[in-house]
Amino acid sequence: MESKVSRPGDAGTAAEQPAVRLAGIDITFHLKGGSRYQAVKGIDLSVAPGEFVSVVGPTGCGKSTLLNAAAGLLTPSAGKVAIFGQPLSGLNRRAGYLFQQDALMPWKTAFDNVKVALEPMGVSDAEADKRARDWLGRVGLRAFVERYPHMLSGGQRKRVALAQMLIRDPEILLMDEPFGPLDAQTRQIMGNLLLDLWSRDRKALIFVTHDLEEAIALSDRVVVMTAGPAAGIVADYKVPLARPRDIAEIRLEKAFHEIHRDIWASLRVEVQKAYAMGEGKELVEGAAS
Amino acid sequence: MNRVKLIGLQVLVMVVFLAIWHVVTTTSLFGDIKTTQFFFSTPADVLARTWKQLTGADIYWHLGITLTETVLAFVIGSAAGIFFGFAFARNALLAAVFDPYIKAANALPRVVLAPIFALWFGLGIWSKVALGFTLVFFIVFFNVYQGVREVSPTVLANARMLGMNERQLFRHVYWPSALTWMFSSLHTSVGFALVGAVVGEYLGSSAGLGYKIHEAESVFDVTGVFSGMLILAIFVILIDSIVTLVENRLLVWRPGQSSTTTT
Repeated sequence: MESKVSRPGDAGTAAEQPAVRLAGIDITFHLKGGSRYQAVKGIDLSVAPGEFVSVVGPTGCGKSTLLNAAAGLLTPSAGKVAIFGQPLSGLNRRAGYLFQQDALMPWKTAFDNVKVALEPMGVSDAEADKRARDWLGRVGLRAFVERYPHMLSGGQRKRVALAQMLIRDPEILLMDEPFGPLDAQTRQIMGNLLLDLWSRDRKALIFVTHDLEEAIALSDRVVVMTAGPAAGIVADYKVPLARPRDIAEIRLEKAFHEIHRDIWASLRVEVQKAYAMGEGKELVEGAAS
Repeated sequence: MNRVKLIGLQVLVMVVFLAIWHVVTTTSLFGDIKTTQFFFSTPADVLARTWKQLTGADIYWHLGITLTETVLAFVIGSAAGIFFGFAFARNALLAAVFDPYIKAANALPRVVLAPIFALWFGLGIWSKVALGFTLVFFIVFFNVYQGVREVSPTVLANARMLGMNERQLFRHVYWPSALTWMFSSLHTSVGFALVGAVVGEYLGSSAGLGYKIHEAESVFDVTGVFSGMLILAIFVILIDSIVTLVENRLLVWRPGQSSTTTT
């Protein structure tokens, strides 16, 4: 399964500790009835501070599992997770996590959802008020401060979740197909918003997606995972596109098509493998072109 | 159907019902007037008696007793239900060990406990509170238990990633979730608190609405029974509309609830 694993993250950043370093990660789930399912096997991945890395792969290949290991939401059965050189035990306190599903507290308004993120940090009430209002403004929700999540659209809820995560100013951002449930246009708008917010103070960012075009348009590096079970990393590409980028326009550039063709060549094999195993209910998007 | 028409039809149902009742009990079409009146009283009598009671002071004292018992049963039952609901939901061993006993206790028709409670707590308000408690407790307990257990794993993981400690998780995630489930059963639990109070009074007491109805029954005062039932119905509707008000206030964030608070 693990063939030609390249690791560019290791080289070149010797002076600086990687923000996230996964070394030889195995993750096995114990299912009901005693059977086991090995989701990922022998994963090595380093993400430098300030680097935007996307992880793509067929559905069910363990991308989210890997992200949860980096977040400390689950402990790998083998291998090491290091955050800025420190071995991770328990939750990753230096990371923010953006979930695919709705993760806002439905009983709190948009404002309270964002403000409550500052409570564990011991920020004073007045200060938290000010910063929450400011952040809701930055994600373009100034007029929706007092709305409850169910009164907001899917895109607006994602904006609240983004503000909730970023207000804590985490050093590492982890995103699990955050724009998956949104429609195509909203995804583009959210992608540009994310790039805009990220580029102000570039944090290390791991972005899991099954949309290859989205991955290329957003990131510095695209990591391709093999089909599960026992998924590994099959390839690792640098994206040679200049920043700042506009997600809608960058797709028209020649360089974009070239890198897309390259990555798709290795991704397609895995997608077909997953499909052949009957896992291919929902294939990687952007398969055309 | 517009509102005026609907109310018109609703009033019509009442008028027809009262008219039939009136005809049956004040004409000799269906037998001897004295007999039918003994069994069914007459609408005019019942309304007159109700009016007389509602304008007198005595009934309010009895209503006050019933209300006190209802409120006490509700408050104590809810508090205990919330406490044990949380304890069981956060402690799997406790829940597993007590599971059959809780199920057995809940399966028992609570009315059979009324005489025991009368024996233990006397004929005052506390035997009624105890009966109401056994009814309210299980409703609240099961709902809070469910509410804590069924917190969305994503919401919980997100809150933990935001750095919340156990106390903050309780305050911002578990507690609101449990309360939602509890409030969704508010009508039922308040209703059961009242049932406990009235049934308790009915079976043995010296005050309250249940006592008034029982007293009228024991002297074959059918007018008194019907008027007591009418007052009880008005009382229940009043309490229920207060509960609706409270519920709408507390659950504004829920989809489908009145979403009057925007921006």
